[in-house]
Amino acid sequence: MKRRDLLAAGAGMAMLALARPASATPAEMAAAINTFTGGAKPQPGKVKFDIAQLIDNGNAAPVTVSVDGAAENVRAIAIFTERNPQTEVAVFTLSPRSGKAEVSTRIRLATSQRLMAVARMSDGSYWSHGVDVIVALAACIEGEAP
Amino acid sequence: MKRLLLGCLLIAGVVQAADERRSGAEFMSPATQAMQRDDAQNPAMLWTAAGEAQWNAVAGSSAKSCASCHGDARTSMRGVAARYPALDAGSGQVVNLGQRINICRERKQQAAPWKLESEELLGMEAYVAMQSRGMPVTPPQDAATQAAAARGKQQYFQRIGQLNLSCAQCHDQQWGKRLAGSTIPQAHASAYPTYRLEWQGMGSLQRRLRNCMSGVRAEVPHFGAKELVELEAWLALRDQGMKMETPGVRP
Amino acid sequence: MARALIHMPATAKRGEVIEIRALIGHPMETGYRVGADGKLLARDIIRSFVCRYNGEQIFGAELHQAISANPYIAFFTQVTESGTLEFKWDGDNGFTHTETMTLTVSAT
Repeated sequence: MKRRDLLAAGAGMAMLALARPASATPAEMAAAINTFTGGAKPQPGKVKFDIAQLIDNGNAAPVTVSVDGAAENVRAIAIFTERNPQTEVAVFTLSPRSGKAEVSTRIRLATSQRLMAVARMSDGSYWSHGVDVIVALAACIEGEAP
Repeated sequence: MKRLLLGCLLIAGVVQAADERRSGAEFMSPATQAMQRDDAQNPAMLWTAAGEAQWNAVAGSSAKSCASCHGDARTSMRGVAARYPALDAGSGQVVNLGQRINICRERKQQAAPWKLESEELLGMEAYVAMQSRGMPVTPPQDAATQAAAARGKQQYFQRIGQLNLSCAQCHDQQWGKRLAGSTIPQAHASAYPTYRLEWQGMGSLQRRLRNCMSGVRAEVPHFGAKELVELEAWLALRDQGMKMETPGVRP
Repeated sequence: MARALIHMPATAKRGEVIEIRALIGHPMETGYRVGADGKLLARDIIRSFVCRYNGEQIFGAELHQAISANPYIAFFTQVTESGTLEFKWDGDNGFTHTETMTLTVSAT
């Protein structure tokens, strides 16, 4: 009885080590943002998170994040998702020589969800912009090895 | 003579009347369109750059590069991809561009052919086909190529697979409508090889055709199969006059 | 050998703000996908990207699994003096790749 319990517990722990949560949660995203801001609450504004509302394919969604005001005041821009397996996407570090506080990249989206872009300013303030996106699936995918 | 003239006019009329053909690019989101349009953003450019490097690299026991015989691809390869699939006189077979590149490697460079759908072959194919970008698809008029296209056309209208669907049913009759959240395009093939977001990489037209066949739960021919080349030949005829877009980006 | 492409102007005027667009070939394997054999494909991603302009860092990126395969990053910099821009990507399994571009700067 005891041995079986132990085995079951061991198997459970092994599963945890291998598997990731199927998706992050809004709480995890909030926690990750909190880590980025060192506890400060970002205010909505100044940040523009430019992404299509309807995504052709979740493997590559082009995004552009820009921040209003003088570029030399923007220290960093971070992107978070609510429902990807992992909530952090990227943190971009700018410099006083950036000239324009704007970054573009392509990101993966596991499913339709909410995304957040958070900017860290040189005066210690944080600003954010949240967007909701719908992700479509591609039709006719590989059914067998290529 | 009068009947022939009338016939010609009719055909001309049908072609002119309303060219409803629209590239697959028109069915994608503006963001994906921008990815294809902007060479600085287009992921396929990584493959064309590799292809360009291969073009200038010596290969095989010939110690020749493509450039040794063909010089600058921008000149020598201009319009070439727009004329494929085509008949290869040497083997008497209708071949696609990738197969033709391999024929050159074997015969002229004495180099081992690249594996079909390999990164090297896709890169070279994309680089060569890019030299026809913007040019009209111009399928050859010889009997062998036209015969291959005729067989391909039969396949296009043939129901296949457990879902018992033909290409025509989705792509001629239902284009513009939705399939699993995606808009059904018209199945024009002039952007291949293409960076497909779903593959997270580059692929040939044959790879995409195999995806479709797999999608309707049909048996999937192996890469390089004659029936796939014939289908490619038909698609080139069907695309006649449309602009080459290689290297394309598709969802 | 990774392939990378950098798009940026070769010349600029002092004080001008230029856009730099960097693209690199890399699968960015997330570690969440399962292979044909049913086994998890190990994570293999680029973790950081840094741009130095005459040795001084002007831009940095910390990347996670959600960055798409064949990562594309575009950013801006205000041009100062002529020199070299160095782009460095580093990642899992000792992955590292560097590209350099020359920028010639004229007075305004």
